[in-house]
Amino acid sequence: MFSRRHLLLGSLTLAAVGAAPLHLALADAPTDRRFIFVILRGAMDGLAAVPPYGDPQYRSLRGALALAEPGEADGILDLGGFFGLHPKLTTLKTWYDAGEALPIQAVATSYRDRSHFDGQDLLENGTAQPHGSQDGWLNRSLAALGGQPRLGLALGDEMPLIIRGKIEVASWAPTNLAQADSGFLALVQAMYRKEKPLADTLQAAFAADDFAARTLGNGGMETPMAGQANTKPAGRPGGAQLAMFTAAGKMLADDQGPRIAVLDVGGWDTHSGQGTVDGRLGNNLAQLNAALAALRQALGPVWDKTVVMAATEFGRTAAPNGTGGTDHGTASAAFLMGGAVKGGRVLADWPGLAPAKLYQGRDVAPTLDLRAVAKAVLRDHLGLSNEQLAQSIFPGSGAIAPTTGLIRS
Amino acid sequence: MAQIDTVIAAQRFGLGARPGELAAIGDDPRGWLMAQLRAPQVIPAAFGNMPSAADRFVGYRELVQERRLEKQNAGATAQSATPPAKDAFAQLGQNLRQSYRADASARCQAAIDSDAPFVERLVQFWSNHFTVSGQRPIALGLAVPYENEAIRPHVLGRFADLLLAVTRHPAMLLYLDNAQSVGPMSRFGAQRAKGLNENLAREMMELHTLGVDGGYTQNDVRELAKILTGWSIAGLGRPGRPLAATPGTFHFAAAAHEPGDKTLLGKTYAEAGEEEGVQALQDLARHPATAHHLATQLARHFIADDPPAKAVAILERRYRDSDGDLGEVTRQLISLDAAWQPAQQKLRTPNDWVIGVFRAFNARSADRGLKALAALTQLGQLPLLAPSPAGWPDMQADWLSPEALMSRIDLAQLIGRRLEASVDPRQLSEATIGPVLSQESRFQITNAPSRADGLALLLVSPEFMRR
Repeated sequence: MFSRRHLLLGSLTLAAVGAAPLHLALADAPTDRRFIFVILRGAMDGLAAVPPYGDPQYRSLRGALALAEPGEADGILDLGGFFGLHPKLTTLKTWYDAGEALPIQAVATSYRDRSHFDGQDLLENGTAQPHGSQDGWLNRSLAALGGQPRLGLALGDEMPLIIRGKIEVASWAPTNLAQADSGFLALVQAMYRKEKPLADTLQAAFAADDFAARTLGNGGMETPMAGQANTKPAGRPGGAQLAMFTAAGKMLADDQGPRIAVLDVGGWDTHSGQGTVDGRLGNNLAQLNAALAALRQALGPVWDKTVVMAATEFGRTAAPNGTGGTDHGTASAAFLMGGAVKGGRVLADWPGLAPAKLYQGRDVAPTLDLRAVAKAVLRDHLGLSNEQLAQSIFPGSGAIAPTTGLIRS
Repeated sequence: MAQIDTVIAAQRFGLGARPGELAAIGDDPRGWLMAQLRAPQVIPAAFGNMPSAADRFVGYRELVQERRLEKQNAGATAQSATPPAKDAFAQLGQNLRQSYRADASARCQAAIDSDAPFVERLVQFWSNHFTVSGQRPIALGLAVPYENEAIRPHVLGRFADLLLAVTRHPAMLLYLDNAQSVGPMSRFGAQRAKGLNENLAREMMELHTLGVDGGYTQNDVRELAKILTGWSIAGLGRPGRPLAATPGTFHFAAAAHEPGDKTLLGKTYAEAGEEEGVQALQDLARHPATAHHLATQLARHFIADDPPAKAVAILERRYRDSDGDLGEVTRQLISLDAAWQPAQQKLRTPNDWVIGVFRAFNARSADRGLKALAALTQLGQLPLLAPSPAGWPDMQADWLSPEALMSRIDLAQLIGRRLEASVDPRQLSEATIGPVLSQESRFQITNAPSRADGLALLLVSPEFMRR
């Protein structure tokens, strides 16, 4: 099935603009490994996602937010006697049992204040400062991989900072809009000839659109969840989120497709009504669980070459606040998932939940820098060097060594 | 130059020219803006008899209560064969969605129809600054009434009054959880083992006043949260209880207020109940960091994503010298040369662009607001549904993704086709952005293969996409 924009990638465009050929010729792609980063925006409660139920303080400290013991109704999914998974994270539990999921606890970026926006900015820009860089560390990773255009992919309407930068990145979001025809698009293209940012963005859109049509079929609109997929994400999870995870999987499954993708999942800022199994947080975790399952299914055999990393800007207070929720905190949990992950264990230097062990007397104390994990993936999975990692990708991070043994060789 | 200034007035300061607007602005664009600031401010007719936030709150509580009862009844009659009369939960969702659709359409219509589009832009700017987002269901029906009740009356008044009105409004108290925040040592706190929620206190300093680098600490967040304990809403408790105020309106719950002195940003606030918060808000409004933060936000919105430091400094000084008079600051903004540079440095957000499209076509159909809302759904920027308390982003990097651009182009061609019969693209482009239209754009619009394509090209021309 041809995309209605397909023509533009052929002779019409070339004749009109004299541009270089635009098909995604990635036969010489720098790697056949795949890396997907999932940003959990809004500060996920790590103590709910990966409960340390064996900690003597866990039950008393968490109070009404404590989850039931493993084996009880709606109980924690046990991960070896001390840590567990939230009962909604069933897919992760299956992967853990297969050695393909590595939950991480007490991990944090270097950010120690409690603003979502600065915390996310730092997580994405890869420096040790909020607003420390105008581009993101995934874009700089793309540059280090050779800088081929559209080796990176952003799912959703907005291009997150983490993958913004000099290297051109594809983007895709589900749409039910009637699509403009290629004749009209050629006119727009001509009109934008001297308007660099608009012209470049349009060109990137053509390439992404054509590729989506090829991998997803039917002009990029057909997904397994056809009924739900045709709605734009308005920040609301559900059908659109599932569609985006599915689309990411399909596009990355293609040999000629992108190698690095970024997905956004919001809804973690549970100041009130957080709940245990079925509250705001439980529902969000259930949706994430379903989306991850859809991603894995769409990736097919490419799953074996894939690492999915999910992380949040910071954690939440260890104890509940006064309104059945949790406020902004420090360390949280993160996940590595995929066939290329050496999983089946929990990565944690657990600081404990005793009052004196909490950061500023309120938060889980960070014992691992998130960059150590990201660097491990970029080095051991994508083949970047220690030098690239310490200088351009995470500037000034020379003292933070990549964690060893996270990736299957 | 004067001609270019008319488009700047209409598009950068206003919401985009309607046919005839450039002519009406004439050779005094600054005067046209100033006149809007002087005119009596009224709630636009598009809002009609919209219920107040308090009414909406009461309606919401009743529906939630109904749902609860129904659940209980369903449990009690589980053995009997009687099916429940209606699903109150579904009803609740449906009511919320309906009221949101009506509210948001009215908001779009008010902007499309506005004869004071500069003031309307200011209302939207400050509403986004003080975001209440319907992403939380309780706020969905309150957000538009909030904008009219707490934001609109104060956009040309003192910032301190705006801050107070916003902070006391039920929509904000619920959206950022302060309504349920309880001082741990208060009477409620002791009885019910409830406690503090720092959400509003933090976002007030980070987003509403000082800015994230404004020099406050985690301890200041706690102290401000304590100061604000008791700032709540009448009618939150179990039904049937006697109320101290009209349900759904501000109520200071003394029993939830944390007793004792508090220290915020180095200043001690002696125990004074509700008055502590009023004082603290006044002080936050006067803080130099607030002046800088607000000046930066305004300059970023009206001048450039990365605004010139000198322009920010001038606005900042005006803010301080006038004790936070937003009317004065706004007049200063109009007088800045930097705000009248011909280069269109701002990308129109989807909201700006869609409203501009409907204004350019002088849309008059009864469902123009609803149609604009449908377009905004496609473009991913629904009014009052921002993803976080920081509101919708305001910079090009946030909105100029390949997917977003393609969605605008798709929408433009659709609109062009629907309106083809009625409008001549050459005339419309001259009437809306003529003085700033590039040769390239004018050529493509004029030589388009059809009127539909010509109109669509106008809508996605660089000069229409930017302001």
